[in-house]
Amino acid sequence: MLHINNIEVVYSKIILALKGVSLHVPEGKIVTLLGSNGAGKSTTLKAISGLLSGEEGQITDGTIQFEGKTINEVTTDIIVRNGIFLCMEGRRIFKDLTVEENLMAGAYTRKDRRNIKEDMEKIYVYFPKLKALQGRKAGFLSGGEQQMLAIGRGIMAKPKLLLLDEPSLGIAPLLVKEIFQIIKQINKEEGTSILVVEQNTNVALSIADYGYIMENGRVVMQGKADYLLSNEEVREHYLGIGKEGEKNYKESKGYRRRQRVVW
Amino acid sequence: MIFFLQMLVTGIVVGSIYGLVALGFVLIYRASGALNLANGEFVIIGPYICLILMTAYKIPFIFALFITLIFSAILGLTVERLVIRPLQNAPVVSVIMATIGLSSLLGGAVHMIWGHQTRTFPQVFPPTPINISGIIITPVYLWSFVVVIVILILFSIFFKFSKMGIAMRAVADDRHAALSMGISVKYVYAATWTIAAVVAAIGGVLLGNINGLSPTMAAIGLTVLPVVILGGLDSVLGAIVGGFIIGILQNLAGGYLDPLIGGGLKDVIPFIVVLIILMLKPYGLFGSRTIERV
Repeated sequence: MLHINNIEVVYSKIILALKGVSLHVPEGKIVTLLGSNGAGKSTTLKAISGLLSGEEGQITDGTIQFEGKTINEVTTDIIVRNGIFLCMEGRRIFKDLTVEENLMAGAYTRKDRRNIKEDMEKIYVYFPKLKALQGRKAGFLSGGEQQMLAIGRGIMAKPKLLLLDEPSLGIAPLLVKEIFQIIKQINKEEGTSILVVEQNTNVALSIADYGYIMENGRVVMQGKADYLLSNEEVREHYLGIGKEGEKNYKESKGYRRRQRVVW
Repeated sequence: MIFFLQMLVTGIVVGSIYGLVALGFVLIYRASGALNLANGEFVIIGPYICLILMTAYKIPFIFALFITLIFSAILGLTVERLVIRPLQNAPVVSVIMATIGLSSLLGGAVHMIWGHQTRTFPQVFPPTPINISGIIITPVYLWSFVVVIVILILFSIFFKFSKMGIAMRAVADDRHAALSMGISVKYVYAATWTIAAVVAAIGGVLLGNINGLSPTMAAIGLTVLPVVILGGLDSVLGAIVGGFIIGILQNLAGGYLDPLIGGGLKDVIPFIVVLIILMLKPYGLFGSRTIERV
């Protein structure tokens, strides 16, 4: 469905943020993009949805293909119309609009205005908390509720592919689990393909079908979710559950460096 | 007492027009964070067109007004396209400076084309004043008030329920996030400027019918600034209430204080009030403190 082929992104014509990233999101699947801060995860998502130009970023090489069409140069509003919706990092809900108006704004590109009310009810089924808050200014919602609203706003656009940028950011662990379960449910019931960027490796891999791990603007490892979950390297460095011992840690770090060159 | 009520009524009518003109300011401020200092010129160009259509081409008022509004919409669009869009990523101050330049340009054009003498509108509204228990209201005042109220109600509905209205508020709130919803920010800006120009033209035509028309009327752009600041720059409700307050205060000051000190206070009083209000409420009466969760 979405194919990214070896893209390179440069900020301000000087900072090389992505150094050739390739990934693939098959239809109806959940794919997760993992990695530490500054690895280039968010940049990848922004490149897909055409939001780089607002930050002086530029795709200098490679192609992004969605349903067979190259969308490198396409502007965001067309991309949203074509069915890719990005829930930006840090929730970015409209603070002065009510919950309901936020959902309406999410449905901006929809042509079937009649079904919007119905879909809004559906959002309230996924996130019952929002129902009680529908008339409230979104700025007064708690962080978790805002994240639910941000995801709900994405579903309102009825995208074929939903991009989620760190939905766990600043949210209590218990709530993170709940939100990820709902993401899984949305994927199943709506058939929406999902590409989710996360730092919380464990919870992301628990719902994903396939995972990519990025470091320094490159994909350094990829595989099925259960493979990554059982992989020694990933367990140790991203999940923090490996074998104990300083020596072992050093050794494996060296191994990882070598491996990165191979990739 | 009659005198007081008379002043009050006049103040309310003038204030409602201030509110309308202030609305133009507020719309643009909300969308782009910039003040449109050419708003006063937007206000006077409309009525001139309307006047010419009525006097030179003998077009009935309603149709002339309609054509005027279409022209104003085009003016708003053109300004947005030629002046504002190239500055889209420029700092807000640059945009404000550009509107100052625009103001001189449009003001100059008005002087060049229509001269500087005051013109009066042909009689549109019946001249006989209505006498409500001693308070005299001319029909033009009454009509102005009604028109303004209707427009303001339409706007509240537009912003609350329409797709475009919500999109405009979304852009005002978080431009980047709005962009990620697929809202075309360019389109929203163009719509904002169009609406602002149309609203200004309506205000101008009403004012022209009341006071006659001259290039100095563009000063309303400056008179309305206190209204906007008083109400809070980003509040539609604030613009309306602020308009009423300034209109009433101006007329009361003109009626009671001007004879005592020999005039001139009418124009100063709005600014005095604004200073006092801003000392007490720095965001204006209805301006939003940004909701900030830490």
